[in-house]
Amino acid sequence: MSTVDIAPTSVAPPQSPARPRARRGLAAFARDTGIVLVRELRPVLHDPFSVLFGLVQPIVFLALFGPLLVGSLGGTTTGQEVLGGNVWQWFVPSILVMTTLFGTTTTGANLLVELQTGAHERMLVAPLSRASLLVGRALKEMVPIVAQSVVVVLVMLPFGFELHPAGAVVGLALLAVFGVGIGSLSYALALAVRKQDWMFWVVQQTLIFPLMILSGMLLPLETGPRWMQVASDVNPLRYVVDAERALFAGDLTASAVAWGWVAAAVTAAVGLAVGIRTMVRSSD
Amino acid sequence: MIRTRALTKDFAVGRDASATVHAVRGIDLDVAPGELVAVLGPNGAGKTTTLRMLTTLVRPTSGTATVAGHDVVAEPDAVRHRIGYVGQGNGAGHAQRAVDELTSQGRIHGLDRRTARRRADELLDSLELASYRTRKVSDLSGGQRRRLDVAMGLVHAPSLLFLDEPSTGLDPHNRANLWDHVLRMREDALAATGEPMTIVLTTHYLDEADTMAERVVVVDHGQVIADDTAENLKADLAGDRVVVTLAPPHGHEPGHAHDDAARLVALARRVEGFREATRTPDAAPTVGLDAAPTLEVRAERGDAYLPRLLRAADADAIAVETAQVHRPTLDDVFLALTGRSLREAGAASATDAPAEHTRPTERTAA
Repeated sequence: MSTVDIAPTSVAPPQSPARPRARRGLAAFARDTGIVLVRELRPVLHDPFSVLFGLVQPIVFLALFGPLLVGSLGGTTTGQEVLGGNVWQWFVPSILVMTTLFGTTTTGANLLVELQTGAHERMLVAPLSRASLLVGRALKEMVPIVAQSVVVVLVMLPFGFELHPAGAVVGLALLAVFGVGIGSLSYALALAVRKQDWMFWVVQQTLIFPLMILSGMLLPLETGPRWMQVASDVNPLRYVVDAERALFAGDLTASAVAWGWVAAAVTAAVGLAVGIRTMVRSSD
Repeated sequence: MIRTRALTKDFAVGRDASATVHAVRGIDLDVAPGELVAVLGPNGAGKTTTLRMLTTLVRPTSGTATVAGHDVVAEPDAVRHRIGYVGQGNGAGHAQRAVDELTSQGRIHGLDRRTARRRADELLDSLELASYRTRKVSDLSGGQRRRLDVAMGLVHAPSLLFLDEPSTGLDPHNRANLWDHVLRMREDALAATGEPMTIVLTTHYLDEADTMAERVVVVDHGQVIADDTAENLKADLAGDRVVVTLAPPHGHEPGHAHDDAARLVALARRVEGFREATRTPDAAPTVGLDAAPTLEVRAERGDAYLPRLLRAADADAIAVETAQVHRPTLDDVFLALTGRSLREAGAASATDAPAEHTRPTERTAA
C-alpha cells in the first residue's frame, strides 16, 4: 500500500488517506464522535425550524399542565411539603428531562431511515469507532435540547423560576450522559426491529410513559400508593429527575445529585454495551 | 489484494438448527492487485454475503479472508481504511446535501477539513455532479445518486473498490454512464499513482459481467463454480451455437426433408469442432406439417465450423436455407455449469435464501 495521489489534476491529500494513522484511544474516539455529530447536525442546521417545533411539546406542558399542578397542589400543605415553595422550580427541571427523553428515544427513528437507504451500512464499512456512531448520534439530539432548555428557562424566569447557572450547566451535562445511554438503547432498538419498523414506535411508546410517570416527573409520587414508590426506586429516570431538581435549585452537593450521576452513568454504560453489541451483530 | 480460504457463512434462521442457511460454503478466492473481477450468480447465490464478509460487515462463520493485507476479523479497522465500498443502497444519507456527505466521508477517512472539502468538489466535478453540489440527496435522480455513491467510495483513493450490484435499478443509459465514470476513475488512479485500482463487483447482469470484467467468478449455492475470463468461460464451457434450417418440406413429401435433416446431423458430427446437436422436429413429422427442420449445433469456433458444415452439405446435395452463428452468453455458461438458466435460477432461489440482503425500499428521509 503506497501513497496515493488521486488524479493528474487533483490535489494530493496532505495526510495520505491510504496510509492510515494508527488511530487509537480517546482522541480517535473524540474525533470520530465529532464527525458523526457534525454530520448528523447538518440537516438540522439547514432546517432550523425543526428545533423550533421541538419546543412545542415542552411549552405545551408548561402552559397547560403547569397551571393545573399549581392549582391542585400549589396552595396545599402536601404541595408545600412535596413540591417545595415554588412549583415551577419543581416542574421546569422535569420538562427538561422529558425533552431529553423524547429527543433521545427517537434517535433510532432517524437511524431507521438510514438503515433502509444504505447510509448506515456505509458508515459501518467506514473506519469509525463503533461507539462513536452511537455517541455522536445521541449527542446530536442533545444540541437542540440544550437550545430548547435555554428557551424554556428564559420563558419561565418572569414566572418566578430562579436560575442557578452552575447547577444548570452541570444539570445539562448530566442529561447529556443520560441521553447517550437512552439514545444508544433507541439505536439498538431500531436495529433489532429493522425488519418491522412499526415495532419501533410500539416499544418506544409502551416504555416511555410508564418510565415518565414512575419517575415522579409530572406528578409527585409521594402522594401515590406504596407500590408505585417501590417501582420508582428501580427506575433510573427517577434519580435523574431528582438530581436535576437539586441542580436547578443550585444544590450541587446534594446526595440526589450523586445518585443522579450514578443512574446516568449506569444508563450510558448499559446503553453503549447493548448498542455496540447489537450493531456488531446486526448483519449476522 | 484479496485472499480467502474456505470462507464460510451460515445464517441461523429462527431457533431450528436445521433451518440454517448456508449462504457461503467454503470459498477460495485470490484477487491480484489491479484486477477487475465480477462475481456473477443468481439472487441468493451468496455473492453479496461474500462481499459483506470481505468488507467487514459480516463476520465469517469459518475460514479466513485477507483483504488489502489485513485479516477481516482480526483487523477490521485496517481493512476499512483501505477499501472503498459502494453497497446496494445509497451510501449518501437522503437528508444530507451531496457535498456535505462527500466531505464527511473524507473526514472519516482522515482528511483535514480543507482537504476533505477540496476533494469533495473535485469528485463532484469529475462525476458530473458539480451542479448538484448543494442539492439534497433525496432530490437527486437515481443515476445521480449512484454516481454520488461511487464518489463516496473513492474519496480516499482506495486501491481496492467493492461495488455491490452497482447498476441495479438503473436504466441502460445510466448504467453505461456509471461504468464510463468508474472506468475513467480507474484510469485516472493508474495515471496518478502507477498502481491500478482493484475492483470487485457483484452483478446479476450478464452483459455487465461480460463487457466490464476482466475476470468472471461464477457463484452458485455459496460456491465458486467457475473462474476465468468471460471469453474463456464461454469458449470452454458453452461453445458457439450454430443454427441451420433446411428448406421447408413440400406438402406431400415431408419425409424427404426429414431424411435431409437426419443426413445433415450425421454430417455435422463428422465436421471438426462438433460438440453436440439438437434437431427440431426430432422425428418425421406427420403429413401436412410444414415447419422447416432446424439443426442446432454446439461447436468450438462456430465461425470456422459453419463454412465447413455448409461445404459438406453442398457436396451431399442438402439444401440449407439459412445459417447463423450465435456467440454464447454467460447465461449459456451458467446453463452448461448448472443445467439451469441464470434468470430462472434467480427467480427460484430468491425465495429460499432469506439471508441474501434484499434491496432496501427507496424511502425519502423525513
